[in-house]
Amino acid sequence: MAYNLKEWATRPERLTGGHRLCAGCGATPVVRTVLRALKPEDHAVVSSATCCLEVSSFLYPYTAWKDSFIHSAFENVAATISGVEAVYKAKLRKGENVNATKFIAFAGDGGTYDIGLQALSGAMERGHDMMYVCYDNGAYMNTGIQRSGASPKYSDTSTTPAGKTIPGKVQHSKNLTQIIMGHNIPYVAQTMPLKNFKDLSEKAEKGIYTPGAAFLNVLAPCPRGWRYDTALLMEMCELALETCVWPIYEIIEGKLTLNYIPKEKKPIEEYLKPQGRFSHMFKPGNEWMIEDVQSRVDREWEKLLNMNEMK
Amino acid sequence: MAIRERLSGNEAVSIAMKQINPDVVAAYPITPSTEVPQYFSNYAANGEVDTEFVPVESEHSAMSACIGAQAAGGRAMTATSSQGLALMWEMLYIASSYRLPITMATINRTLSGPINIHCDHSDSMGARDSGWIQIYSENSQEAYDNFIQAVRIAEHPDVMLPVMDCFDGFITSHKVENLNLIEDDEVKKFVGKYNPPYHLMDKNKPMSMGPLSLPMYYFESKRQQAETMRGSIKAILEVAADFEKLTGRKYGLFEEYKMQDAETAIVIINSTAGTAKDCVDQLREKGVKAGLVKIRVFRPFPVTQIVSALSKCKAVAVMDRADSCNGAGGPLFTDVTSAMYGRADGIKVVNYIYGLGGRDVKIDDIHSVYNDLQEIVKTGTVKEVYNYLGVREG
Ligand SMILES: Cc1ncc(C[n+]2csc(CCOP(=O)(O)OP(=O)(O)O)c2C)c(N)n1
Ligand code: SF4
Ligand SMILES: [Mg+2]
Repeated sequence: MAYNLKEWATRPERLTGGHRLCAGCGATPVVRTVLRALKPEDHAVVSSATCCLEVSSFLYPYTAWKDSFIHSAFENVAATISGVEAVYKAKLRKGENVNATKFIAFAGDGGTYDIGLQALSGAMERGHDMMYVCYDNGAYMNTGIQRSGASPKYSDTSTTPAGKTIPGKVQHSKNLTQIIMGHNIPYVAQTMPLKNFKDLSEKAEKGIYTPGAAFLNVLAPCPRGWRYDTALLMEMCELALETCVWPIYEIIEGKLTLNYIPKEKKPIEEYLKPQGRFSHMFKPGNEWMIEDVQSRVDREWEKLLNMNEMK
Repeated sequence: MAIRERLSGNEAVSIAMKQINPDVVAAYPITPSTEVPQYFSNYAANGEVDTEFVPVESEHSAMSACIGAQAAGGRAMTATSSQGLALMWEMLYIASSYRLPITMATINRTLSGPINIHCDHSDSMGARDSGWIQIYSENSQEAYDNFIQAVRIAEHPDVMLPVMDCFDGFITSHKVENLNLIEDDEVKKFVGKYNPPYHLMDKNKPMSMGPLSLPMYYFESKRQQAETMRGSIKAILEVAADFEKLTGRKYGLFEEYKMQDAETAIVIINSTAGTAKDCVDQLREKGVKAGLVKIRVFRPFPVTQIVSALSKCKAVAVMDRADSCNGAGGPLFTDVTSAMYGRADGIKVVNYIYGLGGRDVKIDDIHSVYNDLQEIVKTGTVKEVYNYLGVREG
């Protein structure tokens, strides 16, 4: 069914207000939108890794989750939800009466790119019928903004401080979406909250209702860790799109399709400038850092264009 | 009708799993427990069970998947040893604090390093305070019987805690012995259906599990968990009584062997109890009043019951197949002595660390322990409390 924001907006809210995520947190619209992609009549079991989302949404004795929810630890959300999904299969095999249920895992970039990569890879390879959503804010925000494998090069984090001799994180981030693409699962996509939420909504719906394992990598800006004005969530995503820092695309049956190609790629400064974590890059004499990041973005973008089926 | 069979411990436990027909078995290979998921995957491949077999990529994920499965209202099981159990450590505590009655076969193997595949109890002893009920089995028959009882104990409404059935790697897991199996339908009837009042799959009663719980609430939930563990002795004995009705085989918290008039006794766990019983028989023929206590339920620790079993002895040797490297003694020793303190003072209690890394324990070794005990009784003095048995000195 064609995406219609008005219709989607009337669907029941599955993450209630009153949770403790920061104002302007990118994780909140990501989760709310993903859950809205569920058919209203379908039950979902949602699992989250330990992260900002988890500690802010389920603080005893309150829960913000209207579906069934389980958190067990940091590195194992993919394995935890595998076990839930396995029970569903066993109950169906035994002919027991069970509701139609969908399985969704959420984790931050730390719980996905780093400590949770093994469990994620295992679950994807085994092909459980589930959707794994990484909300990527590029650092371990919950424990105070430490670097992760997703942190961009030069970002000033609490374990890669921009110092006198080391200018923030010295490595580029890894490309997790393409690591998961290498698992040859039915559905992989990269997205973020944009404009009317069409891209994220449609990808969430496809991911949830494609049989087998699905993976979404979703950029989820964090105003605290990135140090930009809290009100600018949507603008930050827009800039990530227009500068090609975070291209949106999907991979179905191994075929990659770019969902947006800007007419003219914006220079990377426009994305970096509003963020305090990159402010040292704009000091006189540090232009080479910006050039380095720009050339990496260009290279990655070229690679994607080459892979793009629409080309 | 009992079925007479010749089976290894691993096969016996796998058959118990098959007879129970759980919803999920999630496991990862490690010697000497590997055969359990191997046997089980055969049952699954041949349609002999309805279970979803999840061949996870690590033991951490095995326990995580069991947690998800049991929380979803399914019956979940696994098996592991040594490093596998160590890798599960984080999740063991989460399983028990979420009150998820998972059942696990723990096939005892030495913990690295150095790496060693043979039997000692350092793996399960390392998990002794993880909130799991721990039951120990001397041989294949006990491993099988205890595994079936474990499901009932774990899921008992007054318990709702995970249970591990521990037995000795290779010695019990691989040795083929005669044993009696229970008919399939009798096993199914005995364990019954698992119907938790709340679970993740129930659309009409959605629930959240695994909160952040801060100083305002955490302490109370831990206290409840500890009280439940303590109180679970009642359910363990209740299940044992039902099991005896079904099979005629009697189980308690521990086995007392010739303890009625024993002056000297050994307290021991798992397969070496068999060797030690032979030793007791030989000593009894010579008129020595020797006895033995074999622990079955180590967690919860049967404090007062152990004390009354040992209270008439003059000297007791506690045998640990794991060292604690704590300067105080092995794990069983420190528990036995702290149980006796203030309840049975004056009895001399000594500790022997034995069989680490699979070092063989012979009947002569056990004889030397009883000799030492007789010497203590005779002289009234203890030379050394913390001893090693069968280790090369110097
Ligand atoms: C085994 C383990 N190691 C470390 C931690 C501490 N820890 C909890 S959340 C977290 C970082 C989470 O980062 P991420 O996954 O990116 O989510 P975010 O909070 O940024 O949204 C860390 C390091 C833990 N809970 N468990
Ligand atoms: S620190 Fe960042 S990721 Fe965490 S809740 Fe706040 S805005 Fe969201
Ligand atoms: Mg993060």
